[in-house]
Amino acid sequence: MLEGILTGLSTVLQPTNLLMVMVGCFAGTFIGMLPGLGPISAIALMIPITYGFDPAAAMILMAGVYYGAIFGGSTSSILINAPGVAGTVATSFDGYPMARQGQAGKALAVAAYASFSGGTIAAVFLLIAAPALASVALSFQSSDYFALMVLGLTAVAAFAGRNFLKAIMMTVLGLMLATVGSDPVDGIPRFTFDKIDLLDGISFLLLAMATFALSEAIMTVLKREKIADAAKAATKGSMGSLKLSRGEVREMVPVVGRSSVLGFFIGVLPGAGATIASFLAYGMERNFAPGKKKEQFGKGSIRGLAAPETANNAAASGSFVPLLTLGIPGSGTTAVMLGALISYGVNPGPTLYTDRPEVFWAVIVSMYIGNVILLILNLPLIPYIARLLTMPSHILVPLVLFFSLIGVYLVSFNTFDLYMMVGVAALAVGLRLFDYPMAPMILGFVLGELMERNLRRALTVNDGSFSFLWERPITLGIMILTVIVLAVPLINALRDRRRAAAIVSSGEGG
Amino acid sequence: MLAAVSGSAIAEDLPSNLHFLVPGGAGGGWDGTARGTGEALTGAELIESASYENMSGGGGGVAIAHLIETADRQGDTLMVNSTPIIIRSLTGVFPQSFRDLTPIAAVIADYAAFVVAADSEFESWDDVLAAYREDPDSVKIGGGSVRGGMDHLVAALAFQAAGEDPLAVAYVAYDAGGDALAGLLTGETQLLSTGIGEALGQMEAGQVRILVMTGDERIPEAPDVPTLQELGYDVSFANWRGFFGAPGLSDERADAYAAVLSEMYDTEAWETVRARNGWTNFFRPRAEFVEFLEENEQVIGDMMRQLGVL
Repeated sequence: MLEGILTGLSTVLQPTNLLMVMVGCFAGTFIGMLPGLGPISAIALMIPITYGFDPAAAMILMAGVYYGAIFGGSTSSILINAPGVAGTVATSFDGYPMARQGQAGKALAVAAYASFSGGTIAAVFLLIAAPALASVALSFQSSDYFALMVLGLTAVAAFAGRNFLKAIMMTVLGLMLATVGSDPVDGIPRFTFDKIDLLDGISFLLLAMATFALSEAIMTVLKREKIADAAKAATKGSMGSLKLSRGEVREMVPVVGRSSVLGFFIGVLPGAGATIASFLAYGMERNFAPGKKKEQFGKGSIRGLAAPETANNAAASGSFVPLLTLGIPGSGTTAVMLGALISYGVNPGPTLYTDRPEVFWAVIVSMYIGNVILLILNLPLIPYIARLLTMPSHILVPLVLFFSLIGVYLVSFNTFDLYMMVGVAALAVGLRLFDYPMAPMILGFVLGELMERNLRRALTVNDGSFSFLWERPITLGIMILTVIVLAVPLINALRDRRRAAAIVSSGEGG
Repeated sequence: MLAAVSGSAIAEDLPSNLHFLVPGGAGGGWDGTARGTGEALTGAELIESASYENMSGGGGGVAIAHLIETADRQGDTLMVNSTPIIIRSLTGVFPQSFRDLTPIAAVIADYAAFVVAADSEFESWDDVLAAYREDPDSVKIGGGSVRGGMDHLVAALAFQAAGEDPLAVAYVAYDAGGDALAGLLTGETQLLSTGIGEALGQMEAGQVRILVMTGDERIPEAPDVPTLQELGYDVSFANWRGFFGAPGLSDERADAYAAVLSEMYDTEAWETVRARNGWTNFFRPRAEFVEFLEENEQVIGDMMRQLGVL
C-alpha cells in the first residue's frame, strides 16, 4: 500500500497534475459560488476537455472541480441565503444569520476552515482505509437508509423553538411537496395536474432558491430592514474580518472532529451523500451543544455553521470510496465521473487500486493538495467577497433576484420553472410573514423523497412486511437512536418542569 | 470543405451545422450518444460543425413537444432517443409517439443482461429458473427503471419465455442502474436486470457474473456469456439508441441524414468514440428503423398489457 501511495504522490507532483489540481479547485470554487450551477454541471462541462488526457490527470481535475464546487457553494448560502447546491442548505441555517449580524467575513472563514478540515480528515481516512471501506458501503440496505432519513428529520427540532407546531407543519408541507411528480416505483404521475413540466417533480434548486434567496430578498424590501443595515452597524473592517477568538476556535475543534467522521461515513454510503451528511451533522451538534449554545442554533451559531460545512466536504471525499472501489456512484455527480472514468478506459472496482494504482492513489493524494490550495485561494478573497453585503440594497436585492432566477433557468431551460419560482416565492413570503420557518420545509422535501423511495423498496424486498424495522440490526439501531434523540429533550423538559413545580410548592410550604 | 465530402452526393442536402437536441441532462446516456455521434461526424469531416442542446423534463416529453411545436425551424435538428420513447408513449407519460416525428436511424444498441453477485449461489440461468419455479418471491430482481419500465419488462419477457408467469416477477425499482447494482451487491436483490454494457466493467472487476444476455448472438466483449436464444428461450431484446428529425422533414433531408450516419460507421473517428464507450453498432436506417420501432412497440406493448401496467 505504501508503494501505491508513493506512486500516487509522484504522479500528483508532476507539474501538469499539480496544474490540474489548481485549475480544478479554481474552476470548481468559481462555479460553485454561482447560485444554480453545481458540481454536476461543472463536471459535465469538464468531460469533453479531458478526452486525450492521462486518466489520472483527468480524475484529479474532476475531483478538484467536485470538492471545489462544494467549497464554493457555501459562499452564496452564507452571503445571500442562496444555497445553490443541496449540500450547502444547512450552511445557510446559521451562516446567513451570522452574515446579517455583520460577521460575514467570520462566517466565510469558519466555512473555509471547516471545509478544509473536513476534506483533509476525510482524505486521511481514504488513504488509510479506502479499499477496506468498500464493505462498509455495502452494509446498508434500503431499510437502513429509510431509518437514516427518519433520523435526519429529527434535525427539524433545531428550528422548532417556540413555534413547534409551525415547524412540524412546514416539515409536513415539505414531505408533501416531495411527492409531486412521477411515482418512483410505478412511474404514475402524482399531483402533476397533467402538466408535463411537473412530471419530474419540483426541482430542489427551484424550491431552495425560491423559499430562501427570493423570499429573503423580497422580505428585505417589505420589512425595510435592509441587509445593508446590518452591514452599516458593523464597520467595513469588521465585516470582512476573518478573526476568530481563541474561544471560538476551541468551540469549533470538537465540532469539526465529530462532523468529519460522521460526514465521511455517510459519504461512503452510496445511498446517502453530502446533503444527508450535512443535515445529520447539524442535528447531531445541536443535540451535543450545552444549554445556552443550543438556543443559538438557527440564529448564527458557529457550531451550527461549522458542522454542516465540515460534513458536506468530508462526505464529498467519502463518496470516492464506492466510486473507486466498487464502481457504484453515490450521487449524480459521481455518476457523471464514473461515466468519464470508463470512457478513459479505467475500470473502477475492487481491482482498481492494484491494477491502476497511479489513478487510485493519485486522486486521493491530490485531495490533500487540493484542500490546501482551496484554503490558500479562498482566505485572501474573503474580505472582498464579504464586502458584497455593504452594497446598498437597491443594488443587492435586484442582483440576488437576477442570479437566483438565472441560476434556476440555466439548469432546466424551461420558462415554466421561472413562473413557478415566483409563485413559490410569493407563497413563502406570505408564510414567513406569519412566522412559518422555511428550513423544516426544505429538510422535509429533501429527506421525504429518499424516505419514500427507500421505504417502498424495503417493503417490496420484504414482501410487504414491516418486520425489517426490528429484524435488521442497523435499521433497529438507527430507529432506537432516533427515539433517544426525540425523547431526551422531552424527558429533560418534563424533569425541569417538575423541579420548578417542586421549588414553587416547597417555597409555598415554607 | 465540400471537397472533403465530394465523394458523396449527399453533402448539399446537409446543413452546415447539425444541431443535436438531447431530451435529458448533461452526462447521461442520451447526452453521450449525441455528443459522441457529433464528435465522430465532425472529426471525420462529414459535417462542418455540430451543436448540442440539453432539454430535460417529462422523461423526454418536453423536448419532443418542443421539436414538434417548432418543427418549421428545426430542419437542422436531430433528437436522440431510445427504447423509453416507446415505453413512455405507451404508458402516456407524453401524448406523442415516434410516429409524430421523422425517424432517421437507430445507431447503437445495448443488449439486456441478467447479472448476479460474484458469490451468488446461481451458476447459470437455469439455476435462476429453478429457484423461481420453487418460489418466485425468493428471486428479487432489481433494475434501474420503474415498475413497468424497461428493466422490469425485459425480466418479465425472459421468465415468460421459460413458461413462467411474468406477473409473479418480484421486481424492485431503483432510481438508476448504479443504485440497482448496489442493491445486488448488498444482497438486497438476487438478480439484476441491466444493460450488458453497464455490467461488463463490473464483470471484469470480478464483482458480478453475467449469466445470460438478450442478443441474437454472443458479443465479442463477453464471449462466455450465452444468449437466451441459444439456451432455447425465444427472447431477443436490444435497447437501441437513435435519432429523430422534426415532423414534416423532407425525405431528401432525412435520407441525407441517414446516409451520412451510414458513412460514419467506416470512419476512424467513430471507431474511437464507439470503443471508448463500449457501444455495439446497430444501424437501422429510415424505413427499416420504422419497421423495427413498430415491432419493438408490439412486443413491449403486449408485455405491458400482460403485466397490467397498460
